[in-house]
Amino acid sequence: MISETKGEQFHPPSVIGTILRKLHIDIPLFIGLILACALSFLILYSASGQNITVLIRQATRIGVAFVLMIVLAHINPRQFYRHSALLYILGVLLLIAVLFVGLVGKGAQRWLDLGFFRFQPSEMIKITTPMMIAWFLSRYSLPPKPKQLMLAGLMIIIPTVLIAKQPDLGTSLLVASSGAAVLFFSGLSYRFIMATCAVLASLTPVLWHFMKDYQKGRVLTLLNPEADPMGRGYHIIQSKIAIGSGGMHGKGWLGSTQSKLDFLPESSTDFIFAVFAEEFGLSGCLGLLILYLLIISRCLYIAVQAQDTYNRLLAGSLTFTFFVYVFVNIGMVIGVLPVVGVPLPLISYGGTSMVTLLAGFGILMSIHTHRKFLPS
Amino acid sequence: MVRIYAIKDPLVENQIFLSRVVAIFVFILFVMVGLVARLIYLQITGHEHYSTMAKSNRIKSLPLSPTRGIIYDREGRVLAENIPSYSLELVPEQIKDLDNTLLRLQALLNISDEKIAQFLKQKKREKHFSSIPLLLRLTDKEVATFSVVRPYFPGVDVHARLLRHYRYGLLTAHVVGYVGRINEKELKSLSVAQYRGTHHIGKIGIEKTYESQLHGQTGYAEIETNAQGRAVKTIASDDPIPGADIYLTLDIDLQKTAYNALEGQNGAVVAIEIKTGGVLVFVSRPGFDPNPFVYGISQKAYNEFQQSVDQPLFNRALKGQYPPGSTIKPFLGLAGMEYNVTEFKHKLFCPGFYQLPKFKHKYRDWKKWGHGLVDLNDAVTQSCDVYFYNLARTLGIDKMHDFLQQFGFGQKTGIDLVGEKAGLLPSKAWKRKNRNLPWYPGETLITGIGQGFIQVTPLQLARATATLANKGKVVSPHLAARIDNSNYTSTHSSTEETQINLKEKNVEDIISAMVNVIHGARGTARTLREGIDYQIAGKTGTAQVFTVKQEEKYEEEGLDKKLKDHALFMAFAPASEPQIAVAVIVENGGHGGSVAAPIAGKIMRQYLSSASLCNRRDC
Repeated sequence: MISETKGEQFHPPSVIGTILRKLHIDIPLFIGLILACALSFLILYSASGQNITVLIRQATRIGVAFVLMIVLAHINPRQFYRHSALLYILGVLLLIAVLFVGLVGKGAQRWLDLGFFRFQPSEMIKITTPMMIAWFLSRYSLPPKPKQLMLAGLMIIIPTVLIAKQPDLGTSLLVASSGAAVLFFSGLSYRFIMATCAVLASLTPVLWHFMKDYQKGRVLTLLNPEADPMGRGYHIIQSKIAIGSGGMHGKGWLGSTQSKLDFLPESSTDFIFAVFAEEFGLSGCLGLLILYLLIISRCLYIAVQAQDTYNRLLAGSLTFTFFVYVFVNIGMVIGVLPVVGVPLPLISYGGTSMVTLLAGFGILMSIHTHRKFLPS
Repeated sequence: MVRIYAIKDPLVENQIFLSRVVAIFVFILFVMVGLVARLIYLQITGHEHYSTMAKSNRIKSLPLSPTRGIIYDREGRVLAENIPSYSLELVPEQIKDLDNTLLRLQALLNISDEKIAQFLKQKKREKHFSSIPLLLRLTDKEVATFSVVRPYFPGVDVHARLLRHYRYGLLTAHVVGYVGRINEKELKSLSVAQYRGTHHIGKIGIEKTYESQLHGQTGYAEIETNAQGRAVKTIASDDPIPGADIYLTLDIDLQKTAYNALEGQNGAVVAIEIKTGGVLVFVSRPGFDPNPFVYGISQKAYNEFQQSVDQPLFNRALKGQYPPGSTIKPFLGLAGMEYNVTEFKHKLFCPGFYQLPKFKHKYRDWKKWGHGLVDLNDAVTQSCDVYFYNLARTLGIDKMHDFLQQFGFGQKTGIDLVGEKAGLLPSKAWKRKNRNLPWYPGETLITGIGQGFIQVTPLQLARATATLANKGKVVSPHLAARIDNSNYTSTHSSTEETQINLKEKNVEDIISAMVNVIHGARGTARTLREGIDYQIAGKTGTAQVFTVKQEEKYEEEGLDKKLKDHALFMAFAPASEPQIAVAVIVENGGHGGSVAAPIAGKIMRQYLSSASLCNRRDC
C-alpha cells in the first residue's frame, strides 16, 4: 500500500491514467474483463453458428453491464455500507413477490415484470446478501460470535430457500456460497466449518429426500451418463465428446462439429465451455483458466487492500462467488458436477448474469478506487 | 440491559482476513488444478475415444443402391425394367409419436394393417435415420392427398424410387421370376454391406439365379449430418456400380404364341434352339402377374394363388413331373437298335395286347384290335404299344435306364433356374433302394410305353428331343445368352460337350420314323404338315393319369377332367437340318396328336417362318 502510494507520487499520472482514475476504473481488472469479453465474442460467434444478431445482442448487454459497473464504481463504498440492510430486505421482498406474481420461463418462476423491463430479483440478491452479512458482521468484532453466526446463517438461508423454491438451484447455490464466503472471511473457526460440513454430509440422505425428481436425475446422470445416452445422459455425453475431441490444440476457431451440427445443446449458453474446449483444445482451456485466475487474483488483491472490514468481506465474497461461477459451470460441462444452470462467467450468452457479475466488479472497483491515502 | 460491545481491533481483523484470503487462494488453486487434471483426462487420454465418437456422431455412411440390371429377350425386348414410382416413406427418428402418425396415415390413405406390420418389421432392421417405405407405388391421387397435409406429418415424405416392373406379366412370370422384399431368412445369408440400400431381392426365376449380377455393387456416400439427421454435405462417395443387364435366349413372340396356344388349359411348353441349347420358349400355364409381388402382394391375393386348383404359382415346365407316355418310344426304339435287340425293318404282329409268358395279365394296346404286322417305323408312326412291350422286355429295365439316362432323363438339365426337378428314371437298383422291393417284369413293359414309375419334366423332354435331333450331341438348355456386353458362355453348354455314342444309321432311321408321325400316311400328328415346306419329326404321347381296370374301357366323355389323360408331344424341325426342338404337355388334355401337337406346330412354324429366320440371320 505504501509502495503504491509512493509510486503514484514519483510518477506523475498520465492523462489517460488521470481520466481512468476519475472514472474509478481499476486498470488490471478492467483489462482482464475486456479480454474475457473479447473471448466471449470470439467463441459466441462460432457457437451461435456465426450469427451476427447474437453478437450484437451480447455486445449490447456487455455495454449496459459495463456502464452499470462504472456507475457502481463511482459510488462510495460507504453508501453500499449504509444501504446494505435496506437493499437486502428489498431483495427478499421482491423474491417473495416473485413467488406470487412472477413470470414463468423455462419451467421456473424467476421474473418480475416491471413494465418497462423484466427483472430477476434473484440476481440482485446475489450481491445484496453478502452486503447484508458483511454489514452485519462488521458491526461487531471479528471473528463472529455464535449468536451473530446464527443470525447471519438465517440471512443466508432465507433468500437461498426462496430462490430454490422458484426453482433455480444454480442461483440459490451461488447466493448461499456468497453468504458463506463472508462468514469464512470473517474468521469462522475451521473447527466450526468442519463440523458444519460433517453435519451437511450426514444430512445428504435427508436432502436427497427433499430433492425433486429431475434434480435426483441430474445427480444420477452425473454418476453414469451412459445409462440413458439419448435422454438425460445426452447433454453430458455430447459435452464430453466435444471437449475430448478437441485434444491438445483443438479443432481451430469455427471448427467445432459438435456445436455446429447441433449435437451439443445449449452450446451458446451454459455449455459454451465445451465449444471453447473443442475449438481451442487443452492449451486454450489452460489460457482461459489462467485468465480467470488472474482476475480472481486481482480481486483478492483488492480485497486485501480494502481499508475496512465491510469492504474486505464484501470484496472477498464477491470474488469467491465469481470463482464458484467458474467452478460450477466448468465442473458441470466436464462432467464432475451435476447439471445446474450456471453460466460460464463473462463468456456465456445471456444478459442477466453478465449484468450482475459486472455490478460486482463495479463494487470491487469502487472499493479499490475510493481508498483514502494517508500522507506518509 | 447493558450491551457490551467488543472492541474492534483492526490489526487482528486484518490478519484474520489475510490468512483467510491466503487459504481461499490455495483452495482456488487446488480446485483449478483439479479442473485441469480432468481436462487432461478428457482431452489427452480420452482424445482418441472422443474423436471417434464425434466422428460417428456427424458422419453417416449412406448406401447408394445400384440400379438393377434390365432383363431382355433375345431380340432385346425388355422383359424386366425399373420404372420410377412414388413411395411413402418415413424416417422414424424424425417422428415424435410414430404410433399416432401411422394411425393418421392409415386413416388418410387407407393403408392395411398388414402393410403397417410389414413396415414395423422392416424398421427393426434398418439403421437409424434411414427412410423406410410404408407404401410403394402411390397413385397420383394418393400423392396429391398426402401432399396437401404434408406439413402435419414431419418425418414422412413421398420419394421417387425405381420399382421393378415386368411388362409381359403372366407371360414371363415362370421364367424371369420376380423380385420381392427381402425377408428375414434371406437377410441372414446376404452381405449386409451390399444390401443396405436395397429393399428387394430376386425370389424366383432369372431374377433369383442371377441375383448377384443383376443387383450390382452398392456404393457409399459419407455424409456429414447434423443432430437432426439432416445431411449437411457429402464428404466422400463411392459410386454404385449398376447391375448387369441380362439378355435371355427367350423369344417373347414365341413365348406369347405358346402361352396363348395353351388357352383354357394347364400345361407347359418348352422350346430349345438345338445348336446353342438356348431356351426359346418356357411356358407354364396358368401364369400369374408377378408385379404385385414387387410392391407387396396382399395375404388374401396370395392365399387365392395358393389355394387355386390350377396352381398358377407352380412352374410346370421346370417342376412338373409327368409320365412321358409314347413320347419315350423313339428313344427306346433307338435303344433297341443300338443294343441290337431289334432291327428297323424287323416285323412283329400286334394283336392288340401283350402277355408275358406264364402270366394271364393282358397288357393292352391303345388300339383294341391291334396294328397287325408292324416294323419299328410303323410302331413309332402309329404308336404301337405291343411292339414296345416286346422291345422293353427284350431290352430289360437296366439297359433302358442306362440308355435313357444319356439323354438326360432322370437328371436335372442344369438350366439356370432354381428349383428344377429331376424327374424319375427307374431301374432295379432304384426300386430296391427306394421302395425296397424287387423289380417286376410287368413294370418293364409299362416303362416301355412311358408309364409306371418313369416321370419327366417338360424341360427334360425338350432337352432329350433336342439331343436326339442333334444326333446324340447332348444339348444343355440355358436361358441367359449374355450378361451385359461381356460374352457370357453358359457353363452347361461349353464345358460338357458330351456326344452319345450312336450309330448314324440308327439315328436316321428313328428320325425318319418320327417324320412319318407327321408326314406319313398313318401318322398320329398328320395335321401338322399343312402348309410347310420342310419336314417335322415328332412323336405324340398320351399319358394315363389313372389306371383302367382289366376288361374295362377308357371312356373319355364320362371322365372327370382331372382324370383325363395328359396330352404330350415332342418334335423338332426341320427334320433334315434341325433347329428347334419343342416339348408340349397339356394336363388332362386328352390325345397328344390332337391337343399338344398343334401347339408345337404353331411354335415351329413361327420360328421357322422366313421372316423370323431372316431376322435372326441378319439378312
